[in-house]
Order: sequence, then structure tokens, then C-alpha cells
Amino acid sequence: MELFFNPFDNLVCILLGISFTVWFTLLLVFIIVPAIFGVSFGIRRLYMKTLLKVFEWATLRIERGAKEKNHLLYKPYSNAIIAKEPTSLEEEIKEIRRSGSNKDLDSATEFELSDIFYFARRGVESIMDDEVTKRFTAEELKSWNLLTRSNYNFHYISLRLTVLWGLGLLIRYGFLLPLRVTLAFTGVGLLVFLTSVVGLLPNGRMKNFLSEKVHLMCYRICVRALTAIITYHDSENKPKNGGICVANHTSPIDVIILASDGCYAMVGQIHGGLMGVIQRSMVKACPHIWFERSEVKDRHLVAKRLSDHVEDKSKLPILIFPEGTCINNTSVMMFKKGSFEIGATVYPVAIKYDPRFGDAFWNSSKFGMVNYLLRMMSSWAIVCSVWYLPPMSREEGEDAVQFANRVKAAIARQGGLVDLLW
Amino acid sequence: MGSRASRLLREEEIEEIKKETGFSHSQITRLYSRFTSLDKGENGTLSREDFQRIPELAINPLGDRIINAFFPEGEDQVNFRGFMRTLAHFRPIEDNEKNKNPSATEPLNSRTNKLLFAFRLYDLDRDDKISRDELLQVLRMMVGVNISDEQLGSIADRTIQEADTNGDSCISFNEFIKVLEKVDVEQKMSIRFLH
Repeated sequence: MELFFNPFDNLVCILLGISFTVWFTLLLVFIIVPAIFGVSFGIRRLYMKTLLKVFEWATLRIERGAKEKNHLLYKPYSNAIIAKEPTSLEEEIKEIRRSGSNKDLDSATEFELSDIFYFARRGVESIMDDEVTKRFTAEELKSWNLLTRSNYNFHYISLRLTVLWGLGLLIRYGFLLPLRVTLAFTGVGLLVFLTSVVGLLPNGRMKNFLSEKVHLMCYRICVRALTAIITYHDSENKPKNGGICVANHTSPIDVIILASDGCYAMVGQIHGGLMGVIQRSMVKACPHIWFERSEVKDRHLVAKRLSDHVEDKSKLPILIFPEGTCINNTSVMMFKKGSFEIGATVYPVAIKYDPRFGDAFWNSSKFGMVNYLLRMMSSWAIVCSVWYLPPMSREEGEDAVQFANRVKAAIARQGGLVDLLW
Repeated sequence: MGSRASRLLREEEIEEIKKETGFSHSQITRLYSRFTSLDKGENGTLSREDFQRIPELAINPLGDRIINAFFPEGEDQVNFRGFMRTLAHFRPIEDNEKNKNPSATEPLNSRTNKLLFAFRLYDLDRDDKISRDELLQVLRMMVGVNISDEQLGSIADRTIQEADTNGDSCISFNEFIKVLEKVDVEQKMSIRFLH
């Protein structure tokens, strides 16, 4: 009996050993080494092209299937349901109240019982369709990308499509997800380890140089961990020292995307747990701005630390997301004015995700961070474009709010996003 | 499967809603999309907070009362049927509906039902009468703080005087209908749909 099993066991062990070695070598050669040096083999772009072809085919099948069964497809919500007046309710109310107070006491405001109709109608119109709520739900796709989470019409498909979807599921969860998780752990682990090591060096040019290299390398590994295919435009406008980089915010991944192309000083609250460990080790290598929870409430303290940082020209540009919350990447919400009061040069950056490959929007009221990251890692890919816009400064006679709006409009225009007033 | 709509609308339900409210198939599916995007708790019903989250509704002087109109007496949640039933009041009246069989139940968007909706916005305590106090409250909400209490009081008195025919210093539903005889209610209380 023993003799029978032994050679078999040995064979299995040898096979396992070989496959692990091959696996790690491939990983190293194709992913980690290019990450270190910042070069790319172009594998990801090829992957993207193939995926697009598959998606087109899948969409055609759904449409054909639905037509055969004579069912109506659910239309994407982003089309307007009702015709609304162009004037906002706020302006109308101001008009009414202003004209009321101007009249003298005798000819008091004309009031009719029917005046209520106007407000009732506007109210119900806003219940049926309003700009702000629309912008907070994930964009719906016209073409299906084999992820059930992005399509209502999923149940109108044929056997062939189901098989393809099953295959896609297998590939995504069985192959891509473990690969990405491994990479993610490698990237984060290296970041913590290497920044602590660099932190031991005395301050000086060598330290800055090494810290830059270390940060870039680790972020690039993380980018590959998400299979993010990023196109950078206008790199000549990249943020410089002593400036503030301002970008629109769709998901926590934004940070990784920007930081893999340039070095920034991050701003944020110190967290506990793993995030806290990462934050503390990062700050050893180069000065980031982390606040304690109690300090966050004190606006003056925050402003002072930020302006101290930008005045020191040897320090890296600060990265800030002024919207304060994740938007679904179809529009840009109002920017909080704090970052625009400091008076440094602002380098706007527009980030636009291509929704065809995976929805990067983080609805923080629905999903926690871990859940979100798992979804991201089990999507096909994350494709996005980053535009570096020319630097802007506050002009004479412009207050912080107007400056913020000007920057917001520039970002919205470049990214093809809607510039929301709210 | 983790899709956003925890349950899709079945064909039979769409048919029932169509019959009850008169909305078309595509209007119902779009409004269902809207309903689910407002339903943050994803339990198939809307609460008052879900409505209050709409910024444009929050600044509307009648916002709270309009929200109240969706919730039946004493309840805190409204399902999709109830949602559509209330929205149906604002459907435009089509010409061929006016000549329908008079013995059939009145459609939700008839002139009388539109007026009833507006009447209930005034009549907070649901006693089928608009008292002077209730009228003053609505007036104050609509005109803001620039008008003094006396002026507001005299406007309210004048309005009640014009409408009241049986001398009880309140406006009943029939008196309400009479006063608004000449007003084009159909147009003012209708929302234009694009499809």
C-alpha cells in the first residue's frame, strides 16, 4: 500500500512545486519588475480590446433575445422622465417674496387659493425627477459588461450568454481575484516595509530621492493589483512643489491612480488598524499631513498646517479632494472652499472612469470599504483617464467660493462631467 | 445576485398599476427606477426621510405637507403602489378620458381629485374644512417672513369671506371647488411627461 502511494505523492508535490515557481516567476517578470521600473508590456491594453469585443457581442445577444420574447427592456434611469421648468424653485421663491415686500401696505400681496397649485406641482416634480439624487446613483450602462451588478435586463438572455457569463465568473473569481489579492498584499507590504527603512536615513536629498522611488513603485504594484489601465494626458501640467492638487472624487482608488504617476503629500485623518499602520510608516519617509480626529474639527488648525506645508517649497504638492464625498462620476458637486482659501497655486486634475469595464463608484452608504475593494478586484478592469489641467491661482477681487467654482467648472469641462450647482 | 433592484416589477403588477393610475408601461418602469433610487434602505418602501433627502423638496414651503400626502393615515412607509397612486393625481387629463363611461369610478387625475389633493394640503387635521388657522399656516409658509401678522390675517379673512357661503367661517370642499371654478386646474396641477 505504502509503495503504491509514495511515487504518486511525490509526483503531486513536484507538480505543485513547479506550478508555484512558474506562477511566481511569471508574476515577478510580468508585473512586479515592470512596476519597479515604470515600464509596461502593453498586456493590459490588449486585454482591454479583447474584452470590448466580447461585451459588444453580449449586448447584441441580449437585445436580440429581448426582441424575440417581445419584452421591453428597462430603460436607463438617467433619461429625463418629465419636462421641467428651467428656473429653479429657489429663484422663484425669492422672486415671489421680493415682489411681496416691495408693495406698500394697502395693496398687499395678491393671494389666491390656487397659488398652492404651483408649489404642489413643483414639489411632486422634484419627487419624480431631481438632479441631485440622480447623480448619486451608479450610472447604468447601455452595453452589458457581463457583471450582473450593472444590469437590470439580465434575465432576458440565452444559454450561450449564460455560459459566457459563467466562464467570466470563473475567470474573475478563480483567477483574477487571487492574483490581484496577492499583488495587493505585496504592494502594501512593500510600502510599509520600505518606507520604514527609508525613514531611518537622515533627512536630505538621498532620502527624498529614495522615498519618491519607493512610493512610486508600491503604488504601481497596487495599480496592477486592480488592473487599472490609466491614460495620463497633458503631463506637462503635473503639480509642482508648493502647490495644491485638486481632483474630483469618485472612489478611494483615486488616490492610488494619481499617486502612481507623481509624488504627493496626502491629507487625511489618522485611522486605526491597517490604514493607520500604512499612514504612520508613509510619514516616516516623507512628510504627509495626517490629523488626529480631534484636530479635524478645528478649521484654523487645519488651514494653518496646510499653509505651512505649501510655503515650504521643498515639500511635495498636497493632494485634496474638495468635494468631500464620492460622486458617481457623471458630474462634479460643489467644492468645499477650505482648500481654496490658502492662497497657493491650484493644479486641477480631472479623473474620468470608463464605466464599460466596471463601476468604480463607491456608494459609501451601501458598501463598506472591504466589500468595495473586493468588488473592484473582481471586476474586469478599471479603465480611466486623467487630465492634468494648467495651474490656476486666485485672481484679484475673487473670493474663495468663486475661485472654487471656477476650478470646478474647468475640471467638469475637461472630464466631460456635468457641473452641478448644488 | 446583488443587483440593485431587490425585486423586479412583474408584468401583472405593471398591468394593475396601469389600470388603476392610467400611466403607460414605460412611465411605470421609469418611475419604478426612480422609486428604487430613492429607497436607500432597499426594503421596497419609502419612509419620510427618503423624501426629505431630495434637496429641491426640502426648500419647497409645502414640502412636508406634500410628503404627508403620500402616507396613508397613521403609516410611516409607502410602497410602490401607494407611491404611484399619489403621483397619478398629477397626470394630465387626456381628452378621450373626459367622455368615458360616467358610471365607472373616477380616475385619480380627474379635476375633482386634483382639487381634493390641493384641499388636503390646506386641511391639516383632515376634518374636511379649512379653518382660518390652517389658512394662516399655509399663507405664512408661502410668503415667508416679510409680511406682518396683521396683514396676513387680513388676507386670510378676505379669502374666507370670498369663499364661505354657509357662514361657518371655514371653507368646505364644495366651497373650495366653487371658488376655483374658473381656474384651469387641469393645467396647473399636471406634470408634462416626455414619453
